[in-house]
Amino acid sequence: MKRQNKRLTFVMIGLVAVSVATWLILTAFRHNLVFFYSPTQVLEGKAPIHHVFRIGGLVEHGTIHKDGLHATFTVTDLRHSLVVHYTGILPDLFRAGQGVVVQGRFAGGDLFKADQVLAKHGANYMPPEVEAELKHSLAMKAKEKG
Amino acid sequence: MCIGFEGVARLIKFLHKYGAPKRFYATSGRFLPWFAAITVILFVSGLYLGLYWAPPDYQQGDAYRIMFVHVPNAWMSMMAYVALAAFAAAGYIWNIRLADMLAKATAPLGASFTLCALVTGSLWGKPMWGTWWVWDARLTSELVLFFLYVGYMALQASIEDPRRAAHASAIIAIVGVINVPIIHYSVYWWHTLHQPASITLTKQPTIYLTMLIPLIVMSFAFMFFYLTMLLVRVRNEILVREKDAEWVRNLVEKDA
Repeated sequence: MKRQNKRLTFVMIGLVAVSVATWLILTAFRHNLVFFYSPTQVLEGKAPIHHVFRIGGLVEHGTIHKDGLHATFTVTDLRHSLVVHYTGILPDLFRAGQGVVVQGRFAGGDLFKADQVLAKHGANYMPPEVEAELKHSLAMKAKEKG
Repeated sequence: MCIGFEGVARLIKFLHKYGAPKRFYATSGRFLPWFAAITVILFVSGLYLGLYWAPPDYQQGDAYRIMFVHVPNAWMSMMAYVALAAFAAAGYIWNIRLADMLAKATAPLGASFTLCALVTGSLWGKPMWGTWWVWDARLTSELVLFFLYVGYMALQASIEDPRRAAHASAIIAIVGVINVPIIHYSVYWWHTLHQPASITLTKQPTIYLTMLIPLIVMSFAFMFFYLTMLLVRVRNEILVREKDAEWVRNLVEKDA
């Protein structure tokens, strides 16, 4: 075999070997790579509920109550939900219907005591007028159906 | 199969011919001013479109505009790494000296793109997410990319003989390329704080057209910036390595 082809084969086999190794490592650490758990996972006991961990989901409409720096709201994954208690400053993007990641401890029942609230941003970008129009046309459609 | 190998052989012959440093120096010198001009035009128009022409976002107001530098930097950080690995592999497998030099010239550029992506992301993350940094899969894998670039540059700098330096550091470049798909898919494979991509090859972009256009212009601006800087750096590298060659001496005497 020519030396060039030998080196080419070496690089190819090396890349395949490294890919397989990486895949195995990532699969093994799959659970440690999870940034947050959903409320359903928490209630099913799949989250490390005796340690500090994070939950993620949508902030349910009409559940946000603020009293000074203290806030309570409900995080849902549309199947189950947890009530979050938090004292501190909420990020700019925190609002009802938006994604949120909350770090803290599970306090039993459906209560989660948070020490950090992070807003999760969606992948949608549009001007405010377009959003208003979108809402309007959705409402019209709902009316036609109803 | 036979045609494939023959084609590769022909391509390598072509590369050896036009990849000769002297020839490349002359040819790239003619392209360089054009690349530089295109870069400036794209940057000026892209920034104008992004900062004045594009409307504010319905959720983030004007703060989303940082994406016009953040996203192109992040894209280029990955593209430059693929280029680095490809140059390094070509240099290692077929002994193309120009490819070694292109790899060496790419590394600091890629590292800069990565650092800019991390810093701009962090500046945006504080007001929007509520934190400068989290150890989620996307941010961590991008940080690993930065360390790969730095490792490549450190190894490159620690070996004096340019050929040995190129071959040794080529291993880091090639092995590290596995990180690029991990960065790209991290937002789909794991729950991350970082949002998934707004622009994909297969689906309609989830970003409004008047915001998409500046983003695309800025992406091309960064791409041409990379090409321009790559040419500048690799031409410099050629002169340094060939400093004892007659054509370089003639060139210097002519300029002096």
